[in-house]
Amino acid sequence: MNKANATLLNLAAVGCLALFLWGAGRFLDGYKVQIINLIAVNIILALSLNLIYGFTGLFSLGHAGFMAIGAYVCAMLVLSPAQKEMLFILEPPIWPFSVTQAPFFLAVLLGGLAAAAFGVLIGFPVLRLGGDYLGIATLGFAEIIRVLANNLPRVTNGALGLKGIPAYANLWWNYAWCLLTVYCIVKLVRSNFGNALMAIRDDEVAAKSMGIDVFKYKMISFTLGAFFAGVGGALLGNLLTTIDPKMFLFVLTFNVLMIVVTGGLGSLTGTVLAGIVITVLLEWLRFVENPISFGGFEIPGIPGMRMVVFSLVLLVIILFRREGIMGMREFSWEGFFRYCGRGGRSR
Amino acid sequence: MTFSMFVQHFLNALTLGSLYSLIAIGYTMVYGILRLINFAHGEIFMLGAYFVFWGVVLLHLPWAVAVLGAILLTAFSGVLVDRVAYRPLREAPRISALISSIGVSFFLQNLAIVVFSAIPRQVHRPDWLAKVMIVGSVRVLPLTLFVPLLSLILMLGLIFIVYKTKPGLGMRAISKDIETSRLMGVPVNRVISLTFGLGSALAAASGIMWALRYPQLQPIMGVIPGFKAFIAAVLGGIGSIGGAVVGGVLLGFVEIMLVAFMPELAGFRDAFAFVLLIVILLFRPTGLFGERLEDKV
Repeated sequence: MNKANATLLNLAAVGCLALFLWGAGRFLDGYKVQIINLIAVNIILALSLNLIYGFTGLFSLGHAGFMAIGAYVCAMLVLSPAQKEMLFILEPPIWPFSVTQAPFFLAVLLGGLAAAAFGVLIGFPVLRLGGDYLGIATLGFAEIIRVLANNLPRVTNGALGLKGIPAYANLWWNYAWCLLTVYCIVKLVRSNFGNALMAIRDDEVAAKSMGIDVFKYKMISFTLGAFFAGVGGALLGNLLTTIDPKMFLFVLTFNVLMIVVTGGLGSLTGTVLAGIVITVLLEWLRFVENPISFGGFEIPGIPGMRMVVFSLVLLVIILFRREGIMGMREFSWEGFFRYCGRGGRSR
Repeated sequence: MTFSMFVQHFLNALTLGSLYSLIAIGYTMVYGILRLINFAHGEIFMLGAYFVFWGVVLLHLPWAVAVLGAILLTAFSGVLVDRVAYRPLREAPRISALISSIGVSFFLQNLAIVVFSAIPRQVHRPDWLAKVMIVGSVRVLPLTLFVPLLSLILMLGLIFIVYKTKPGLGMRAISKDIETSRLMGVPVNRVISLTFGLGSALAAASGIMWALRYPQLQPIMGVIPGFKAFIAAVLGGIGSIGGAVVGGVLLGFVEIMLVAFMPELAGFRDAFAFVLLIVILLFRPTGLFGERLEDKV
């Protein structure tokens, strides 16, 4: 298939998405729209983790930390100085946050950049570590960020958190950022740069001996992942309109990891599909935690059941289908038409 | 700071440190043998504490029976976790088992919320442990002396098993080279089960004493002690039992003294251990007593 046709098809797909979003915003209720929004944010987060872990082989558990940075920076920028004065009842916010207010796009961008800056900062020491040690060190980083958020009341309002963040993150913003993320990461992974990343993932020693500057590539991949994690965090904070340090516990990273493992490490298509499936499932499973009345009978909800089911799903996938939904396969228009041409009978 | 206050801080640090050490041994033994960070170890610690108090509260067992039963049950849970979640992944990339252990950790936490409920439970200590002893100008709980002493006995017992018995020889052999051990006739899976059992039993002992010392039970109570004990194991040099003991006590001291001497930093207490971890990994990745591991090409 030639390039022009593929571009046309891509544009058509984006058009379909836009039509769907328009319809969703118009006809669906607020709760469903919120879930569709969450799908976009989760896809951004999972793609950024897949870039770090699935494509570069860096087992990072620090996503909640990057998300927290993005969310706080973005929230502090979109809140007006007057609102901040009202929120910070114990101590006033520090300059420059006390006087600034930025438009939403800029705030999200700066949230991502702040997360990327922390990515560089933490990447320098910890990216020398291998495998599981890197996981623990990045997990430690996320915990440090959370404790800082709790204990720096002039920057984050401490345990009280930030409330009443103006909800700019609507369907259009979220999906625009989501498409941008997909575009950037697909371009990156398909380039020579992506080949270098995968070489590092598959065999670091061999990659090094082929002249690849392993540390530099790891650093760029990690920083870029941190940037998109920060963007995801910024959008999430804005979507929920309230953030506090408790939100950024390890479980947040767990959910993102869950999407990446389910979709398949090193498959962007898988990540997008799993992002949709897992987000919907996570919401849908809330019913087991709510009381259900059943023809006069009241079945009490079971708190905690949702995550029991979820951790079991992760265990089953990692034990019986380690490659996830898609393995390392990707969607392509050629594959799509070949599949349709055969009447969808076999792969 | 008065002398008596210092003694109190010292004893508290020793208690906390020995509790960390008991958990850290479980991490270090499993890592030494399987090269796996057992994320679920903190939850095993939590299970030990819950088992004993449900034995006492629901089944009205005497304390001694409840403690013994809980330790056995927890050891069995540890073996079960290995059997279900780690053994099928022995040949898989190491990270798969790590993800599996994260899954188990969340599973046990939330299962505890479902079964035991998320409401924190108050623990009633037996009377003789709740009385405050006054020695000179120092007021101590009997537990503060009892915990380090009992931990020491348990650790010596473990060191005896690892260095003086045949299964212990098997553990040491597997940690050097699992394939060769198998060829030499070491029953690898049985020895690994034993390792998980012993590590989990120590974690249970720690969990029970923790719940008596800081009398509250919560399904997430294992998370922070679990992370801290892992850091203690890394600090001491992961794979070394002596290192885990030293690392645990050291971390206990650093933490208590930091809060005692610089109370304004108390809020940062939980972050401090992680800062320490990153610093150690940078300057001495193999810890204080760890062996140097070379990259295999």
